[in-house]
Amino acid sequence: MTFFKAENISIDFGGIRAVNDVSFDVEKGTIFTIVGPNGAGKTTIFNIISRIYNLTEGRIIFEDKDITRLPAHQVVNLGIARTFQNIELFEHATVLHNLLIGRHIYCRSTFFSDLFFLPSVKRMELELRRKVEDVIDFLDLQHYRNQLIQNLPYGVRKIVELGRALCTEPKLLLLDEPASGLNVDETENMSFWIDDIKKLLGISVIMVEHNMNLVSQVSDHVLAINYGRVLADGTPKEVQTNPDVIKAYLGEDKDV
Amino acid sequence: MEFLQVLITGLGQGCLYGLIALGFVLIYKATEIVNFAQGDLLMLGAFFAVTYIGILDLPYWLGFLLTIISMAVFGYLLDMLVIRSMIGESQLSIIILTISIGFILRAVAGGIWGSDILSLETPYSGEMANIEGLVIGQEYLVVIAGTIVLSVILFLFFKFSSLGIAMQASSQNQLAAYYMGVPVKRVFSLIWAISALVAAVAGTLMAPISLVDPQMGFIGIKAFAAAVIGGFGSLPGALIGGLIIGISEQLAGTYLPTGFQEITAYLIMFLVLTLRPKGLFAQIQQKKV
Amino acid sequence: MRIIFKTSYLQDIKLLKHNGYIFWYGVLLFALLIAPAVLGEFYIGEMAFIFIYAIAGLGLMILVGFTGLPSLGHAAFMAIGAYANAYFLHKGVPFLISIFLAGLISFGVGALITVPLRRMTGIYFAIASLAFAIIVEEIIAHWKSVTGGLGGMSVDNPVIFGFELDSTWHFYFLCLAILLAVLYCTLNLIRSPSGRAFIAIRDSEISAESMGINLSIYKIKSFAISGCFTGLAGALFAHRLSFLTPDAFNFLLSIQLLMMVVVGGLGTVHGAIFGAIFVGLLPQVIAIAKDYLPPAIGQFPGLEPGLFGIIMVLFIIFEPMGLYGRWVKFKLFFDMFPLYRKATFKRQKTYLKTERVQ
Repeated sequence: MTFFKAENISIDFGGIRAVNDVSFDVEKGTIFTIVGPNGAGKTTIFNIISRIYNLTEGRIIFEDKDITRLPAHQVVNLGIARTFQNIELFEHATVLHNLLIGRHIYCRSTFFSDLFFLPSVKRMELELRRKVEDVIDFLDLQHYRNQLIQNLPYGVRKIVELGRALCTEPKLLLLDEPASGLNVDETENMSFWIDDIKKLLGISVIMVEHNMNLVSQVSDHVLAINYGRVLADGTPKEVQTNPDVIKAYLGEDKDV
Repeated sequence: MEFLQVLITGLGQGCLYGLIALGFVLIYKATEIVNFAQGDLLMLGAFFAVTYIGILDLPYWLGFLLTIISMAVFGYLLDMLVIRSMIGESQLSIIILTISIGFILRAVAGGIWGSDILSLETPYSGEMANIEGLVIGQEYLVVIAGTIVLSVILFLFFKFSSLGIAMQASSQNQLAAYYMGVPVKRVFSLIWAISALVAAVAGTLMAPISLVDPQMGFIGIKAFAAAVIGGFGSLPGALIGGLIIGISEQLAGTYLPTGFQEITAYLIMFLVLTLRPKGLFAQIQQKKV
Repeated sequence: MRIIFKTSYLQDIKLLKHNGYIFWYGVLLFALLIAPAVLGEFYIGEMAFIFIYAIAGLGLMILVGFTGLPSLGHAAFMAIGAYANAYFLHKGVPFLISIFLAGLISFGVGALITVPLRRMTGIYFAIASLAFAIIVEEIIAHWKSVTGGLGGMSVDNPVIFGFELDSTWHFYFLCLAILLAVLYCTLNLIRSPSGRAFIAIRDSEISAESMGINLSIYKIKSFAISGCFTGLAGALFAHRLSFLTPDAFNFLLSIQLLMMVVVGGLGTVHGAIFGAIFVGLLPQVIAIAKDYLPPAIGQFPGLEPGLFGIIMVLFIIFEPMGLYGRWVKFKLFFDMFPLYRKATFKRQKTYLKTERVQ
């Protein structure tokens, strides 16, 4: 069975090819990292997978299913959850509410039963909270449970966003720069959590990240891209020593 | 013949819509504020014109000039004293703010000039132009000519003057413009001044056609439709949207049952938005994540 | 200050969070129930009017405050509810069914109008909803066989099970009952998955979608229920007016409704109620103030809308959280006394939040 596969994906924005014929495979239970300089097309690939952008060419396969034309809101139903580079939380809601929205796909109530808050809705709400509480415990968010997102420090928001994605009980997690804006300690914690997510929860991860320490600590496989094209593909060590990758990061004619 | 006459009237009316829409778009492009009081600025401009030309009996061109200057100063002060503090607030707050400013302007105008209906006498009032058998009120021709002249001036201003270029820069990227030494706050106030100036021109051109009263600013609601049709970020789009609405409205008034004239603008707007959700000349794109 | 220790998940979803709430809301309800016995007819009538505003305000709050879609056209739903109710009463439909139908039709229109509006946000949505309201107003003015056109139509008194509600206090209790029902439904909605989906759409469409929320469906739901509540308010408004003309439901009513939720405090249920009280009382206050002002100002034409505008501008600039925000600060001041700091609610100055791609 194919777990996740991107086949020759390309996308154009007004004549500019932002991603050009990129292919990669992600094996179940691994952490796959995409690296590359700014503007290389990393986030664009994420937006393609989560169906915010339409592909110009190519296919995306998840668990043997072609998801290339799936509506964006159905991606999470298959078990693909994501976080965003600049944090897209629900600012004026509490941490608990944000996590509850993460469980939206498990809500089985109709609009009218919501309107009258029938006993079935009440039972479901209690059940949702029980599940959310597991994630709160896993990420040590107890202290922030009832705080509004807008009052939280940046580092905590990052974790809440991770938590919200975990609440969907994904099989595949897309993390867009999980360590950006975090200090050294927070980055260290994040790397433990990502490792735990893989080992304890058995979730596969595709990650975009700049912090090479984090990348080599947690990744099983690294893909380097630049100008929308694949530069190198392999273990973290292989990619880091690839001359093309070094050139892309540091420019030509530099001794490293 | 009737068709041509309707067309020209529609063109004149459309120019007015276009000018008001231009005012919306100027401000929106630069500051992302939608000025719901734009129609009321036009109303104020018309009252200034009536005061200078009709009541104080100044020569037409002098009165016109004074109207423009007064309104430009008013627009500048409005931004400096009220609007500026709202930058960064939610769009809804700003919508409500500008609607409220419209309320105040209408009340003030009603208080100063009374609710009596005034009209503006111009050198060309009541004269008819006879072009190959077509009899057209001079007022409409003046509106069309005025709009063309103003558009050309604005085009040259934004294209060639350093202030115009600074304005374009700040509306494309505020922060970058600020770092490049553009005084962004003052530039925004100047954009409000220009927008009020455009409203003043539209008001002065409109005064001889329609009657001048505090409610005349409601024409701005139709101009919204024009701006939306044009894409809400494009200056030529605003003018073209205005013309589309002006002409089709006159056609609907002539050839369709009563009641259609009033809603033509909005029906066309819905039609355009269904086919092109961001308008004909869209410049606003999806938010980036 | 009171600190609530939560010991079960049930506490999260209870409507009345602790005994203090039960006591004070009980007192309020009791006061409202005995009001007709204590107050004069004029005041009862005005309070019923505030209830109608509050019902419409709750409807609009769901759409604007919770889903983040700024409607400038809610007068259309008031009109649809009012005319539908009046029409069915004329046809001899019993009142309870007639008002139900009025709500249902508003619900349907709300759902239908969202189909072209669902992809629009911000200013596009606002202008499109405004256009919708103008189109509805024109249809009413020209559909003479149903609405009486510009000539207007009269409204029969409501009759419930053979009992005619013809006095002010009957009407007062009718409005109160519907307000309580709408309030209950709104509160339920907010604490259930649908309400959370609305809030998610308000705060970030893109991430709501990535959490599996179907934007179109939830926008339709939100607009439909918002239209339904506003339509119910319109049905009651018809009885208050007792004679309907299209211009009673013009642009200014839409603005008044929108201002109501903004002044009250966006995104809170309290806000809708506070806003209704404010908008309901303001004309009275201005009328009283007129007597004390020097005649040059007191007789100033357009004083009322002008003052309305000035108050709105001051609110938007100095108290963007609305009356409810002010109330929260006021409560916290006493809770924390003497430790309250002015900076608690200080807003961070933000640079222009752009919606465009740079």
